[in-house]
Amino acid sequence: MPRLVIADVTKVYTLPRNGTALPALGPVNFTVDEGEFVTLLGPSGCGKSSLLRIVAGLEAASSGVATFDGEPIQGPSSRRGMVFQEYALPPWKTVQDNVELGLKFRGVSKARRREIAARYITLVGLVGFEDRYPHELSGGMRQRCALARTLANDAELLLMDEPFGAVDATTREIIQGELLRIWGEHLSPRERKTVLFVTHSIDEAIYLSDRVVVMSRRPGVIKEVYADPLPRPRTDEVRSSPEFLKARDHLWSLVRDEALRAMTERVD
Amino acid sequence: MSLGARGRALALPLAFVATWQLATGILMPSLASALPPPSKVLAEAWGVLASGDLLASAGHSLWRVLGGVVVAVSLGIPVGVGIGLSALFEDIVDPAVEFLRPIPPIAWIPLGILWFGIGDTQNMFIIFLGAFFPVVLNTVSGVRAVDRSLVWAALTLGGSRGQIIKEIVLPGALPLILTGCRIGLGVGWMALVAAELVAARSGLGFMIQSARYALATQRVILGMAVIGVLGLLMDRGMLWLERHVVPWVTSAR
Repeated sequence: MPRLVIADVTKVYTLPRNGTALPALGPVNFTVDEGEFVTLLGPSGCGKSSLLRIVAGLEAASSGVATFDGEPIQGPSSRRGMVFQEYALPPWKTVQDNVELGLKFRGVSKARRREIAARYITLVGLVGFEDRYPHELSGGMRQRCALARTLANDAELLLMDEPFGAVDATTREIIQGELLRIWGEHLSPRERKTVLFVTHSIDEAIYLSDRVVVMSRRPGVIKEVYADPLPRPRTDEVRSSPEFLKARDHLWSLVRDEALRAMTERVD
Repeated sequence: MSLGARGRALALPLAFVATWQLATGILMPSLASALPPPSKVLAEAWGVLASGDLLASAGHSLWRVLGGVVVAVSLGIPVGVGIGLSALFEDIVDPAVEFLRPIPPIAWIPLGILWFGIGDTQNMFIIFLGAFFPVVLNTVSGVRAVDRSLVWAALTLGGSRGQIIKEIVLPGALPLILTGCRIGLGVGWMALVAAELVAARSGLGFMIQSARYALATQRVILGMAVIGVLGLLMDRGMLWLERHVVPWVTSAR
């Protein structure tokens, strides 16, 4: 039984300038199972981030419905945690205070907060940086801090909006491996978090996912749901395996055409 | 400030004072009743310092500014947060703010005298009017400048509206709120002197005004200089406070 169900979801924005309706997304239909890692892959502006915000409850769908554990999503909830591309770490809070933030919101005692935060700070490898402020950290470290904050809050569904988009290419590959380890690649699917991940990087989608939802250009609809054939756990070597290259060719042929057309079309 | 920069900052005032001394003290002593030389102003400063008059006047003025600005800040911040967060509140309050804001605080002095007579309450009322609007407007800008993704992140972490205002919106708006307080203090200080010139029996403005009646020009100039120095010190104090209260603003650059 799927945990997340996206049923006929669309999003139409109204341009404030002249009131024209701008269809951004859908209708889209797909599901995400317990412990599954699903990636939304598509060109810029295809509405994949909008879809993620709809699932987070930060935006309302224009039509259709998104349900989590059978309940229609109507607003944000700590059960559906989100990690943002620009980290979204308040600059006035230290790593420690950032990681504790959700626990503080939920009224967890200070002693217990320390304990839980310490566990996740260790998990993401930020021990020794507890008292640092975000601007004193590298991009990769900031994103690990944001990840620890979401995990410490014990979200059941992890929504990740191009989280490594602002991180340099080398760090990006390392942090992708770390994400799989933190996610629990070596565990059984039931013990893993359920993840919905947004990216426009084909390699990132193949390396991380169980399934890749390939989206068209705006208004984004699903072109194909691709089952990632790579075995788990995934090593660095897998990136140069024949299966990986084959998957990349396939996804590239789907995305290339859309990206080209998106580049030459007018936005509105 | 480096030693060289300090030297450059002092060069112009020193040259000015030297020219002034030369012109009024030596070249044209007939000017001295309209513009006494700096040496006479300094002698006057020594006199009023020794008698305690200067400290008493400055103390009165500072007390009034403090009172007026504290009231302006404690009312201005909630009003600014309200306008920044609630479209309904903005629709109701904003027209009144925009109507009252262009009226100079000095224009309120006659009404203030009718309402409060002459003295501290009237002066504080004028200072309050000068300081209130910069605090409100900067708070509104500060609240609106808070990064939307920070609020989103807090929402997905389970924060309630009140918690998000406390943990995200207020600290996020703090740099501009402090800027508003600094500008408010500056405007309040200017408004104070105006209020004291016409409606006080103590303070630096009153000191200047009574010195004029007594034709003690050196004391008029001394009063002006003290007002300038105190205004500068308060502004520097607020800048220092900003650097220490919101260190992330400067160190992130």
